[in-house]
Order: sequence, then structure tokens, then C-alpha cells
Amino acid sequence: MGNLTLSNITKNFGTVEVIKGVNLTVEDGEFCVFVGPSGCGKSTLLRIIAGLEDASGGDIKIDGVPVNNTPPSKREIAMVFQSYALYPHLTVRDNMGLGLKQAGSSAAQVAESVARASGMLSLDALLDRRPAELSGGQRQRVAIGRAIVRTPKLFLFDEPLSNLDAALRVNTRIEIARLHRELKATMVYVTHDQVEAMTLADKIVVLNAGRVEQVGRPMDLYNDPDNAFVAGFIGSPKMNFLKAQAMDGQGETVGVRPEHLAISRDAGVIAGRISHVEKLGSETLIYVRAEPHGLLTVRQFGEQDFVVDEAVYLTPDAPRAFRFDAGGLRMR
Amino acid sequence: MSVSRHSPARSVAAHAVLLTYTLIALFPVFVIVINAFKSRKAIFAHPLALPNAETLDWVGFKTVLKQGDFFQYFLNSMTVTVGSLFFVLLFGAMAAFALSEYRFKGNTLVGLYLALGIMIPIRLGTVAILQLMVASGLVNTLTALVLVYTAQGLPLAVFILSEFMRQVSDDLKNAGRIDGLSEYRIFFRLVLPLIRPAMATVAVFTMIPIWNDLWFPLILAPAESTKTITLGSQVFIGQFVTDWNAVLAALSLAILPVLVLYLIFSRQLIRGITAGAVK
Ligand SMILES: Nc1ncnc2c1ncn2[C@@H]1O[C@H](COP(=O)(O)OP(=O)(O)O)[C@@H](O)[C@H]1O
Ligand SMILES: [Mg+2]
Repeated sequence: MGNLTLSNITKNFGTVEVIKGVNLTVEDGEFCVFVGPSGCGKSTLLRIIAGLEDASGGDIKIDGVPVNNTPPSKREIAMVFQSYALYPHLTVRDNMGLGLKQAGSSAAQVAESVARASGMLSLDALLDRRPAELSGGQRQRVAIGRAIVRTPKLFLFDEPLSNLDAALRVNTRIEIARLHRELKATMVYVTHDQVEAMTLADKIVVLNAGRVEQVGRPMDLYNDPDNAFVAGFIGSPKMNFLKAQAMDGQGETVGVRPEHLAISRDAGVIAGRISHVEKLGSETLIYVRAEPHGLLTVRQFGEQDFVVDEAVYLTPDAPRAFRFDAGGLRMR
Repeated sequence: MSVSRHSPARSVAAHAVLLTYTLIALFPVFVIVINAFKSRKAIFAHPLALPNAETLDWVGFKTVLKQGDFFQYFLNSMTVTVGSLFFVLLFGAMAAFALSEYRFKGNTLVGLYLALGIMIPIRLGTVAILQLMVASGLVNTLTALVLVYTAQGLPLAVFILSEFMRQVSDDLKNAGRIDGLSEYRIFFRLVLPLIRPAMATVAVFTMIPIWNDLWFPLILAPAESTKTITLGSQVFIGQFVTDWNAVLAALSLAILPVLVLYLIFSRQLIRGITAGAVK
């Protein structure tokens, strides 16, 4: 079991309001990702769930039990940090076992749990090393192992992949997804990277400046964003925002994803000039300067032979365009 | 860039500067030590000459060892220094941890108040301190000295250590909290080992003024049984005649214990630095 309910959580640092009333339910076994730009309050919210920070207002319930006044170690949670946060003076084995030992488990129980976790993450060869003797990727696996050992109700991850290089990031991401399937545990995962959010989440919570912008399954957010912020944040490359004034005049902006813009040398709705071309092999990104919209991104499959400074025409795929009002809200 | 930084000319220049400074710093110590082994006449005739078969004279050391209870003075100095050091580091680190780790009303104010002591010399309060010690019956005890030196060393210790404690990773402390470590375990087992270089620095800065101090031993604990080495050596310095052999011998001997303490801390210091580099 492990479901989490946040009601009306607020947090002030001095006079600055960092979390402005968050309501959220995470179901048992769900993988929930908080995503948002740097500084929007993701880590603060996660630390409030962990009990490392007191909420200024609101209620936190784990399995229906209010935990506002429960210290972190009694909340039956485990946390994985961006900076790994392994105990430098302990071996991998002791790092992983410390939590259980503190909770009063017998040495045999601790050893068994550590063995199980280290088996799942192939850490057996590293058990007697100290953190200083491990690479970054190995350290993060140990930190994840340390979380598993405790069999918590709730796993909390704070940007666990941010310190890893690109290749390791993909591997570790897959590993975390696999662990979630195997453990069927509830996980709350914080990241600023929408790719991580899309690939891992059952449910994404998009945060902006301390507020929840939208909650939903990855494809719901992608196909049906509530507002311009979510539309712009989810999806890579970023959505293009066209000025409605220069189109048909309805609403303020029209959002079109780069893959929903057709490009042609002969005719189209928007005239522009190519300012840059990025060829990635499987796809080609074409950046087109078109006044008054600014720089627009077009995404084409495979290799395309457009060159810089060419005059081109773009045509949005009208049914797949999103319309937003002056406040950034979606007009349906 | 890296080529010029490792060029021999630069390296030689840097070493020349460092060596010159080392020579200047060590020269007085060198003069004291060589003259401690010479006869009185040789000290005045050729102060910079090394002792040879003719001028070698152990009279200074003999006087020191005969006169008073020098071993006791050493022990007193050691007790006072090590005791004060222990309390300065312990309380200084604890206060620094509280200041850097916990948000509470008046945090900054308390920090400023504690740091104020750096700027106000404790000797200004000598009369009040003496009255206090008389009232509490601590005159002529080593406890009195340990208390005063602890107070004297704390402001700088709190100031330096809280700066370093702020740099210790929050994630590490939080990981400990989630694993159920008490705040004391987090402080002693996780934080203190990581700021060992800072502790060593504070230890060296605290230890030397205490070892060298003449003022408070003279005022608070001048009894024979509580004399420190600095105070004990004063018997050889008279208003009209000074027994230079004995003074120099006493000083040479007094260098040894601090040297040992210093070596202990400086090894910690280097270990801390290299541990940080490897991470
Ligand atoms: N201990 C603190 N004291 C004051 N402000 C803080 C503290 N921790 C975080 N903040 C502020 O709260 C905001 C949100 O921080 P954080 O939750 O770390 O953002 P994120 O993890 O989304 O990047 C930031 O503007 C940050 O400056
Ligand atoms: Mg963060």
C-alpha cells in the first residue's frame, strides 16, 4: 500500500510564497512525476512530502493517515537525491543497510534485504567498496538500492539523473522504470526534463511558480494541454506559438507542434526564410524566421535538403493546432 | 596556459619566494635553538655561530631541569591547551551547526553576537574575570584557565566553522534524517568528518595563543602547582640579570609539544584536502 494525498499545501520562506496551494492525489502503485522549470518549487514540495521541510499550511496524508507531524524516518518513505548523498564513511553494504538497522531490524534481516536489493541492481561486486571508489552511475545505483532496502510505502526521487552523462541517464531511466514494474511501488519523481517525465510517468504534474498547471497522463498532456505553459513545456522541440492576429484573429496565440507544420518551397499559409537547419539523421529540424511570429521550428522525418536562406512556406495542420486566449488558457 | 603554469622559471620563482619566507620565519627559532646549547660567553660573542666542541654547554638545560618543577609546568600547559582546544572545537562546532543548519528567529542575530567576540579582546574583562574566579573559588586552578581560553577561542571557531558547515551537502544530512539518524549522529558522524580541514585550521589558530599566553596564567593561576611553561620560564628573566642559557633552553623545550600538536593537526589538514580532491 502507499497512496499519497496533498490538500492545499502552501510553503513560505520568510515572505516569499514558494508553494501556492497544491492539491494532489497519488494512487497506490502509481509513478507520478513532478515536472517544471528550475525554481518552481518541485524539490520543496518533495521535501514537504518527505517531512524534511514543514508545510506552512495544508495536509499531507499517506495511506489516509495525516503525517504532518511525523518525522521523516517514521513516514515509511525512501528518498534518492540528485547528489547521491551516500555516507562517505560507510561501505556500500552499510550505506544500504543503515536505515533498516536504525529501525531496529535484526542483522539477518538487514543482510537479507541488502542482498535482495543488490541483486536487483547488480551491485554484488561493489558491496565492500566505499562511495569514493565508485563512479557516478554506480553511486546513483547504490542510492537507489538504499531506497529499495527499506521497502517503503513511497519512493521519492529528486532529479536522480541530473548528474549523470547522457548515455548513463538513459540506462538508469530504463532501470528505474523496470524497478517500478517489479516493485509495484508508489513513486514520486521530480525532474525538470520533460523527456524523463514523458517516458517514466503514469501521471505527470506540471508545476509552474508554485502552482499545479495541469495533472494528467503523458499523452493527455501532449494531446490536450489546458494552457499555453503546459503546451510549451511538454514536447520537444518546443511548440511554436503563432500570433492569432496574423492568422484568423481568433484568440491570442495558436500553438502548433513542430511536427504539425508542413514546409514547402512553393505555397503555404506562412511565408518565411530558413535561418538554420539541424540534421539528426532520423529527423531534420528546420528553423524558419517568419514575421510577425518570430523563429518557428519545423520537424521533418529523415534527411531533408533545405538550405539556409531559402524562402519557404509553412502550413499548420489546422485540426491539431491549439488556440489560447490572452491569459494563456486553452480555448476549446 | 597549462604549459606556462608548469614552466620551470615560474616554478623556480615560486619556490624561491616560499623558501625565502620559510627562512625568515624559521630564523628566530633557529637562533634560539642553537644558542640554547652554548655557553653564556659564546652566546654574546658569536650569537649566530653553531655550537662547537669549545662552546657547547648544557648549563641552560641543567638549570631548567633543576629549577622548579619544569615537568609539572609542561604538564599544566599541555592540560590547559588540550582541554581548551577540546571544548573550543566541540562547542564551536555545535554552535556552528545550529547556526548553519536550523532556521529559527534571531539566527542571524545570535551569529553576529557570537562573532562579536572576535573583535573585542577578552583581556578587557580581566578584572571582572578575576572577580568571578575569586567568587567561584577557581583561582589557582587549571579549570579557570581552560574556561577563559574556551571563551577566548569560541568566537573565531564559531565564525569559521559555520561558514564551512553551510557547504556540507543538505542532501547528505537529509538522507541521514530519512534513515532515522539522530541530529547528534548526523552532526558527529556525517558533518564533522567532512569539515576536518576547517577543524584543524581552527585548532592551530586556537592552540598557539593559548600555549604562548602569559597574561592569564600570571593573573589567574600563578601558584607553583598550576604554573604554565611560559610563566615558569619567567623566573630566569630578572630585572637586572637574565639567565639567558636557561631562558633559551626553556624556550627550546617549549617548542616541542606545540610542534607535536601542530604535526598532528596538519596531517589531518592535508588528509582533508586530498580527500576533498578525490571526492
Ligand atoms: N531554504 C530555503 N530558503 C529560502 N528560499 C528557498 C529555500 N529553498 C528553496 N527556496 C526557494 O524556493 C524556490 C523553489 O525552490 P526548489 O523547490 O528548490 O525549486 P526546484 O526544485 O523546482 O528547482 C526557489 O525560488 C528557491 O530559491
Ligand atoms: Mg530541485
